[in-house]
Amino acid sequence: MENFPDITTAIGKYVEDFVNFLASSWAGFFDLIFFIASRSINGIDNFLVWLPWWLFILIILALGWYFQSLISGIVFSLFIFLIGTFGLWADMMTTIAIIVTAVVLSLLIGLPIGILMSFNRLASNIIRPILDAMQTMPSFVYLIPAIFFFGLGNVSAIFATLIYAIPPVIRLTELAIRGVDEEVIESALSFGSSRWQMLRKVQLPQALPTIMAGVNQTTMMALAMVVIASMVGASGLGEQVLISINRIDIALGFEAGISIVFLAIIIDRITNGVADRFQKHRRINK
Amino acid sequence: MSTKIKLEHVSKIFGPNPESIIPMIKEGKSKDHILNETGHTVGVYDASVDIKEGEVFVVMGLSGSGKSTLIRCFNLLNVPTAGSVYIDGEDIAKATGNDLKKVRQEKIAMVFQHFGLFDHRTILANVEYGLEIRKMSKEERRAIAQKNIELVGLKGYEDQYPSQLSGGMQQRVGLARALANDPDILLMDEPFSALDPLIRREMQSELVNLQEKLKKTIVFITHDVNEAFKLGDRIAVMKDGHVVQVGTPEEIIEEPANDYIVDFIQDIDRSKVFQAKHVMSEVRVTVSLEETVNTAVNKMREHSVSSLFVTDAAENLLGIVSIDDAVKAIKQNQTVNDILRRDIEIVGEEEYVHDLIPKSLQTKYPLAVINEDNKLQGIILRVHLLSGLISDTEETAEEIQEE
Repeated sequence: MENFPDITTAIGKYVEDFVNFLASSWAGFFDLIFFIASRSINGIDNFLVWLPWWLFILIILALGWYFQSLISGIVFSLFIFLIGTFGLWADMMTTIAIIVTAVVLSLLIGLPIGILMSFNRLASNIIRPILDAMQTMPSFVYLIPAIFFFGLGNVSAIFATLIYAIPPVIRLTELAIRGVDEEVIESALSFGSSRWQMLRKVQLPQALPTIMAGVNQTTMMALAMVVIASMVGASGLGEQVLISINRIDIALGFEAGISIVFLAIIIDRITNGVADRFQKHRRINK
Repeated sequence: MSTKIKLEHVSKIFGPNPESIIPMIKEGKSKDHILNETGHTVGVYDASVDIKEGEVFVVMGLSGSGKSTLIRCFNLLNVPTAGSVYIDGEDIAKATGNDLKKVRQEKIAMVFQHFGLFDHRTILANVEYGLEIRKMSKEERRAIAQKNIELVGLKGYEDQYPSQLSGGMQQRVGLARALANDPDILLMDEPFSALDPLIRREMQSELVNLQEKLKKTIVFITHDVNEAFKLGDRIAVMKDGHVVQVGTPEEIIEEPANDYIVDFIQDIDRSKVFQAKHVMSEVRVTVSLEETVNTAVNKMREHSVSSLFVTDAAENLLGIVSIDDAVKAIKQNQTVNDILRRDIEIVGEEEYVHDLIPKSLQTKYPLAVINEDNKLQGIILRVHLLSGLISDTEETAEEIQEE
């Protein structure tokens, strides 16, 4: 039997060197990102905790009612009330703050990239495999450079969440814009629209329902990351799950876990409802 | 009428390197030859047409004949691979950027087969779109949009969305949107093909009425022969990317350029193409009110006819006298006026044969064809109507003889 020849490539080492290089020479840049992200998380967190508990429950009731039905609204607010009774109110707010920040950042970065990819085949061909890698690379792996850049804490968690959750919104934005009906594009062109007018007045509004589906997926994936993200120091519900694993605390584990499930259901239904709203006037007979 | 649009040797080729094919087209290589040799598809093959101001120019052909590709060369949705597109004498084929936008915003508007409406916008916002693009103020464009919505009969639907409207109404929105820009030229790419037959006919008539008011230059694409002949002032027939024949409907029916066109127009309802002026025969003789009945009888004998149209001194048509009445009148010493019958069917020069048939059945006398000034232009016997319905190719002539 022949053994594998004694050839080694130290690609991991190069990546490590590269990460070290980035962390030291781009320190200012990462500090800025850290500053923005942590201020955003803290701001949202503080605001949500400051809200009277009953007002928050009423808001959830109203959102559920408006975007789904009265019964959904009641069930959603009941879920939130239950999470409160678990003693996880503040943790839930931190988790919501992290997710909102991660999703907003995903959209800010993801939408322009998706639009670029829809206009430019080359960009699309380069970026698509990167997105594949981002989604299949085990998430623990990019927790490590996250610590290098941002230290332990919520910002590292956002970074890791971003990498995991951003692909759907990019992919669906590209798909949505490419999928706009050819004749609709032609008719906008035939009136002498500029490229910018076309994007803003026709392509984006036409693509919005599909883009919203991407936003929904991104949000759900961000929520799926909360436990893993807590390994690099994210607080909130994920942290409680992690603690319960360490203590082998079945009760806390279940309560924190079911809280995440409740949040997932509520966020999914509400964002779906928003997407349906945009869908309302679309062609049914096509 | 002056020339509004002029296409000169326009070719549109699809494929990896379209320009390289132009020399082959100049050599006159066929479309199939080019496809087999190079893998390039020729959409439009060396087309040259003149379109006059204010006319409805119909481009007719089967699907795949290149008519949709051709119409997109007028506003550069397809940039011609070679050739020139003159609009008001200016070649726009090479226009780009702001020049092109200006032409599209101000001179040409287009109506699409599947309407091409923006389904995220209300009807009003759809119709406003072209004006919004031109950065017109909100009040101004709203007023214009409103006017055009009323013009196409959609008042009251302003705040609805396209998906709430029927197909016919959606195409009215498409038409209003195009008209709101007040273009000189209206491009219509099979606008009524997606509608059901009843609505289609209604829309065709409405387009005819609108055109009488608006007098736009219209380029209309269709694969429906009857539609082409109903709407077209002139018709271009396309086949395999070639413009095979251009002419008025009558010219195309009477002298089809080749067998393809003969086949194509076989199903045409000729009674809806030919008008009274095409089938009438000359008035060889009339009698005036001042003349005697004897003169009338003599004239009838001389020309071997059984009735005569009667005119006054100013040659206005008054009625008819028949040979039977005239013979009786001579015995009873009556005047032409006494035996004048006024219950004749009078038709206009431009009435279609289709509409003349019932009229000719209602009377035993010939139809009198008059012009706008009430002057007699010709007469139509039933036999004229019948012969007008039959194509005068040799084949049918033989068939008639055999019978």
